[in-house]
Amino acid sequence: MNNTTSPYAIELRDISKRFGAVQANKDICLQVPAGTVHGIIGENGAGKSTLMSIIYGFYEADSGDIEVGGELVNIRTSEDAIRFGIGMVHQHFMLVENFTVLENVVLGAEGGAMLKGGLDAARKELKRLEQEYNLDVDVDAVVEDLPVGLQQRVEILKALYRGAKILILDEPTGVLTPQEADHLFRILQSLKEQGVTVMIITHKLREIMASTDNVSVMRQGQMVAHRVTAETDKEELAELMVGKKVRLVVDKEEAKPTNVALSAKNLSWFDEQGVKRLKDVSLELKAGEIVGIAGVSGNGQSELLNALSGITPLSGGEIHFNGEVITAKNKKNASQMRDLKMAHVPEDRHKMGLVTGFEAYEAAILGYHNSEAYNGKILLDRKAMLDECNERMQKWDVRPADPFLKTANFSGGNQQKIVIAREVEQNPDVLLIGQPTRGVDIGAIENIHEEIVKLRDSGKAILLVSVELDEIMALSDRIIVMFDGAVVGEIDAKDADERTLGLMMANALNEEEKAGGQA
Amino acid sequence: MSQPKVPVWVNLALIPFINIMLAFLVSALVILAIGENPIEAAGYLVYGAFGYEEGIGYTLYYATNLIFTGLAVSIAFKAGIFNIGGEGQAYIGGLGVGLACLAFDQTMPFYVIVPLAIIGGAAFGAAWAYIPAYLSARRGSHVVITTIMFNFIASSLMVYLMVNWLKQEGRMSPNSRTFEESAWLPYMHEMLAAIGINIEQSPLNASFLWALICCVLIWGLIWHTRWGYQLRTVGTNATAAIYAGIDNGKVTIWVMLISGALAGFVGLNEIMGVQHSLLLNFTAGFGFAGIAVSLMGRNHPVGIILAAILFGALYQGGSELAFEIPSITPEIVVVIQGLVILFSGALEHMCKDRVEAFFTRTSAA
Repeated sequence: MNNTTSPYAIELRDISKRFGAVQANKDICLQVPAGTVHGIIGENGAGKSTLMSIIYGFYEADSGDIEVGGELVNIRTSEDAIRFGIGMVHQHFMLVENFTVLENVVLGAEGGAMLKGGLDAARKELKRLEQEYNLDVDVDAVVEDLPVGLQQRVEILKALYRGAKILILDEPTGVLTPQEADHLFRILQSLKEQGVTVMIITHKLREIMASTDNVSVMRQGQMVAHRVTAETDKEELAELMVGKKVRLVVDKEEAKPTNVALSAKNLSWFDEQGVKRLKDVSLELKAGEIVGIAGVSGNGQSELLNALSGITPLSGGEIHFNGEVITAKNKKNASQMRDLKMAHVPEDRHKMGLVTGFEAYEAAILGYHNSEAYNGKILLDRKAMLDECNERMQKWDVRPADPFLKTANFSGGNQQKIVIAREVEQNPDVLLIGQPTRGVDIGAIENIHEEIVKLRDSGKAILLVSVELDEIMALSDRIIVMFDGAVVGEIDAKDADERTLGLMMANALNEEEKAGGQA
Repeated sequence: MSQPKVPVWVNLALIPFINIMLAFLVSALVILAIGENPIEAAGYLVYGAFGYEEGIGYTLYYATNLIFTGLAVSIAFKAGIFNIGGEGQAYIGGLGVGLACLAFDQTMPFYVIVPLAIIGGAAFGAAWAYIPAYLSARRGSHVVITTIMFNFIASSLMVYLMVNWLKQEGRMSPNSRTFEESAWLPYMHEMLAAIGINIEQSPLNASFLWALICCVLIWGLIWHTRWGYQLRTVGTNATAAIYAGIDNGKVTIWVMLISGALAGFVGLNEIMGVQHSLLLNFTAGFGFAGIAVSLMGRNHPVGIILAAILFGALYQGGSELAFEIPSITPEIVVVIQGLVILFSGALEHMCKDRVEAFFTRTSAA
């Protein structure tokens, strides 16, 4: 990494960016030597995409300097970034689907009012680029007819056409087949040979090992390590990525699981594009235990919660719960699942758990608004709602304890308490709980963890989804690991450590076993 | 809190007021351009609308229609649906009112016909709203497109029905026969005369009271029942609604039914209250004006009553103005109404950011 003979293609010094209460990037320093492939790795939410958006001019950093080719630059818009020779290939392609490759490439750089001249010039230039970088695409093909691997190539061509010397790829293999990914890595090598600097953002260890010269690891908005790829290995990176955080200590006794409260068999779910997001997931929840789902976010945990709670109907498989068998045909919506005594603290309290325009006492009955407790014959029983809200606010120490305050105006931790109180106080048999402490301050975290354990000890079955590995390890009695929509492992919480879990989450354990290596 | 708050009255009163003043300012320029004195014109307009009993009666008579259609737009809007088919729903609702009157006026007494006419107007208006609602909720078609199309269909359907089926034999114009008096809603001056208060005659009738009752009912429904709770959840956060187990499609459908029923009540005022027969074009754009009323009234019944009275005043004062100053033709009056709708409806947010920024800055300082 300390190869200082050549100037850096890009150098970041003390870049910080804050969104409201969230510090997305903190004092980031990064040096990318020219003509190398540099990986930036980290879990979802580690701040990688924010950092790249700062480099590409989507966001402006709150503080810090960026140098491109040894020159201090001020990147305010993506036009600035392009001017400084920075190109970006987004995870979700920014292509006009019903335009041809050629038209897409010249978009924004048409070169005059009439298209003809610009297109002809572009065609010539593209031919040259294709040959130089070994990027074979039919320039007259309509983009929507191309497979994703080729669409990605169009994105790369687009950046090169604008004179990019530094190419940023955001999660480039997310949409590719393994073969297409290998092809991409070959393209990156030839780009490198031509002197282009490449930065890849990813959370996949395999592609870091396969394609980069150097790798930087981000965790919770900070840059935690820089390594030369040849001198590191997957295990070290996994550990760095997940981190050895201060152990959360949750005071709890050994679980005493009893009967099976919920069992799910071969659950599957296809999204609107027909992509299988849940792949034959089976699991059992016993009364009196906490089962944690570990996994890099976006590997099917949210879909699992949605399927179990009735938010999305199943595509296949069955859920046995309180005498009902829920299948793709015998659907139950979220309200019917609540009637069966299932409660759900959703992962995203703003989008799902609350209506931020509602006052606290109104948000406190969301999902239970048809309950007799809150309704008179026709009108809602405002007094009952207010009394209960006041009572819960005292019990859960919600601040300010004002039932008339709009939920949007509570802090994250207090919003979460409103949601958890609502779900827990209904005395459910099964509690699904997603990201219980996301954006919640330390004091409130302890409080919430204690309540979850208390609930377990009172004989409830709890399914916990969290991207915080230490939270999973501190709370769970059993840990299930999900990867790419499937369950890839299960481990007793007593035997779990960050390293093993990190490898399981990256699905590297299985790969190595397959390769005959040792985990 | 994290953001300094804008005082409530700024959004509720100041911004609508600024918008109306801007509309009047531009109107003044128009009147200047045709060589008349805008202050004099404004005097006639205000006097025409509020200066004498008959004028006030007319203003409130127009406002009655606007309350119904304004409520119709706003309840749908609360659920996140933009129902701009109020015109058609009012038209078909009026058909329902008229058919109820024609069917029962010779056999039934007044107090039986009134509820039947209310049910008729509500049912026909709701039915006309049901088709776009169903298509939107279950088939994914866009409710703005379908409701506006249904306005045209309603218009054609009414011409067909009036000319071919409902026209009274021997009449030149496509009117039905005049209802018996048992199917006439009492005028306000008659009702007040009955309790010893004498006012000048005007078309203002009992349907105005029904409009006010509807405001109270809709207010209770939206803010104090579980159905209103569901409707507001769907309107503000559809994802949270699914999480809560609310069937968004079902909510869309019944909200549109209520919306259509409210629009249909325009027929009570026009058909049963004033015309006393079925005829063409009695909705006269009130369905569309309801959109502006609802926007200006901030989708709240109290705001809707105030906005409806303002627009009613523009209708009534405007015709007075056209009468007093002949060079200000009825078309110019329509321009003034249009400007008010433009500034308070379409350009509603033009000043909002700046005014709010002014108040957040001063409150932060």
